[in-house]
Amino acid sequence: MTVQPHRRAVLFVTCIVDQVHPNIGLAAAELLERQGVEVVVPRGLTCCGQMAFNAGFRDDAYAVAGRTIEILRNQGDVVLPSGSCGAMIRHLYHELFHGTRHEAAAKELAQRTYELSEYLVDVLGVTDVGARYDGVIAVHDACHGLRYMGLGRQARILLDHVAGARIVSLPGSDECCGFGGLFAVKQHQISEAMLQRKLAHIAECGCDLVVTGDSSCMTQIAGGLSRSKSRVRACHLAEVLANRVGLGG
Amino acid sequence: MATHTIAFVERVDGALHDPSLQTALERATTRFIGNRAKAVADVDNFEALRHQARAIRAGALARLDELLARLADNVERHGGRVCWAEDGAAARRYILDLAQQRGVRTIVKSKSMASEEIHLNEALEHAGLEVIETDLGEYIIQLAGETPSHIIAPAIHKTREQVRDLFVQHLGMEPTDDIPTMTRTARTALRQRFLQADMGISGVNFGVANEGAIVIVENEGNARLTTTAPRIHVAIMGIERICESFDDLGVLLQVLARSATGQRLSVYTSIISGPRRPHEPDGPEEFHLVLLDNRRSEIIGGKYAEALMCIRCGACLNACPVYQSIGGHAYGGVYSGPIGAILTPLLQPDLPDAHKLPHASSLCGACEWACPVKIAIPDLLLRLRADAVNNGKYEGYEPPAMFGWRQAMMNPALYRLGGKMASFGTHLLARNGQVRWLPPPLDGWTKQRDFPPFAPKTFTELWEERKKQG
Ligand code: SF4
Repeated sequence: MTVQPHRRAVLFVTCIVDQVHPNIGLAAAELLERQGVEVVVPRGLTCCGQMAFNAGFRDDAYAVAGRTIEILRNQGDVVLPSGSCGAMIRHLYHELFHGTRHEAAAKELAQRTYELSEYLVDVLGVTDVGARYDGVIAVHDACHGLRYMGLGRQARILLDHVAGARIVSLPGSDECCGFGGLFAVKQHQISEAMLQRKLAHIAECGCDLVVTGDSSCMTQIAGGLSRSKSRVRACHLAEVLANRVGLGG
Repeated sequence: MATHTIAFVERVDGALHDPSLQTALERATTRFIGNRAKAVADVDNFEALRHQARAIRAGALARLDELLARLADNVERHGGRVCWAEDGAAARRYILDLAQQRGVRTIVKSKSMASEEIHLNEALEHAGLEVIETDLGEYIIQLAGETPSHIIAPAIHKTREQVRDLFVQHLGMEPTDDIPTMTRTARTALRQRFLQADMGISGVNFGVANEGAIVIVENEGNARLTTTAPRIHVAIMGIERICESFDDLGVLLQVLARSATGQRLSVYTSIISGPRRPHEPDGPEEFHLVLLDNRRSEIIGGKYAEALMCIRCGACLNACPVYQSIGGHAYGGVYSGPIGAILTPLLQPDLPDAHKLPHASSLCGACEWACPVKIAIPDLLLRLRADAVNNGKYEGYEPPAMFGWRQAMMNPALYRLGGKMASFGTHLLARNGQVRWLPPPLDGWTKQRDFPPFAPKTFTELWEERKKQG
């Protein structure tokens, strides 16, 4: 564990983490601080706007995301414990703000936005965060992080250094778990069918913990595991790395 | 087509509860994906090839007018006739008139999604003509009275057992699950038809402008017979399916076969440039090329133009977890899967429920990864969703929900209050730390999944506390 020279980063925990899974936010903050990063949480930061954007309500998304851009202006590195919200900022803000007064700011923000595991491994150069977990871990690659931010490798590097843990490969780890925001509610039958496939793969691989870098996928998978009374648990990558598995809220 | 009249949700529900369909889809898509992966690994730099293919498609669309004119000129120079069909009705009329003028009674067909798009079979049959699909998959669904459910494997939704029953019923085959026997039965039945037919109708994989040629790729050889045995050959080509030269074609064929079936090259590649010449021993006496617009020229140059780069390989369907779950018929249109969810609302906007198709995606991006020309399918789906909303097509609860969400996300006090209410509500509903029932419209979530209650204290609050404690 090398402590970096002084750095400062904004931690943008996203709305779901803030309201439903604050433990993930605390874990992310701790991880960054242990690497010598000064963590800043700007007041009033709420949401990247993805939910409305994905639903086709671009005016609403524009209003919310525009406010987020304003708050994050001149704030240096922005780190999110979510590949999906990260992809929204890096990939989709381009479309949302194209030809608007926020266009330049959106582009500039995209360049200094990172997902947590990416920030740790690629920016800070960390591979071992000094974590311990005695059990068998499988990794689910959250789609947006995987395909729009090039994630996956970083989480595995970090997990490989977790003492006591055995990492097994999850069949179809890059297949969607079926979350997809409102998709999970509006097309719930299809979403459930996709989740059932994921759960079958999880049972097959013999893990006792499924780790993912996205709280949304985690909610979907954990919800399915809980309903099917599985003994396997799901958690966010940050929770394992910060030794916070099972600490709850 | 009964599928058009029932609502999307019901089609999805039916598909998810059809065990034969589930088995067939699972078997077929898994095989396709595996083969594709192998064929792609085979190329030193598939990424570079995709890049090149994309550039070729984009370049062709950018010069569509010029290339189409060149194609048409060259086809006519070779003795073929060209019909510029503005829409499906124009194409149908041309083909029907031609058939009637030439005394055609029997028509064999091969490889044409475009003819599905314009419902050609119904029109011809309505006029008393006999139309026989000759590709095995198409033939199977014709016997079953259904429509294709996959771009390149139209009968993908049928299990071997179902095909056996169809052949026993319609072709008098002795019951057997032996695939070679089944194929032989179909082939014998079809051979006769090729010899009888007066007209052959085919699709077109690519038109090559410089050569005035059309290209058809296939694995069974039926397109060869369809285009050569009858005295008249009619080819139907969506106007976007053009490329400039044989060099461009070479690249496109490489990515097409690999993405579609996992082959390096399809078994047959036919290049046709006009009817039989005086010194040639065989081939049709007449060759007609129908260039089908059918709304495509409206799409060119707009924000959906990229969708027309599609080379109909079907890779996005196989890769799509939604398609894998519900199959092609649930989409209700001619084109299914992720690209179908884009093409159907654009090409068949009158189809009820067409605006719902772009929502049948979790936006996971597997389609874009699989697409040999890298069409940004999820981005296009998102644009279609935005268009639908702008046209007032949404669920009644959505605008107020979005309005509430927006107010809460813009106003920290409201955001905190909303969070507190959600926390209070979800804790009331929770049993053993999990919510097992949520009220509508969120009840979809809790049908097969639990939901965690909102946290008693938000991250922001915990963070503030931690800072105060120093
Ligand atoms: S969108 Fe791409 S992957 Fe899908 S059928 Fe067309 S070319 Fe193939």
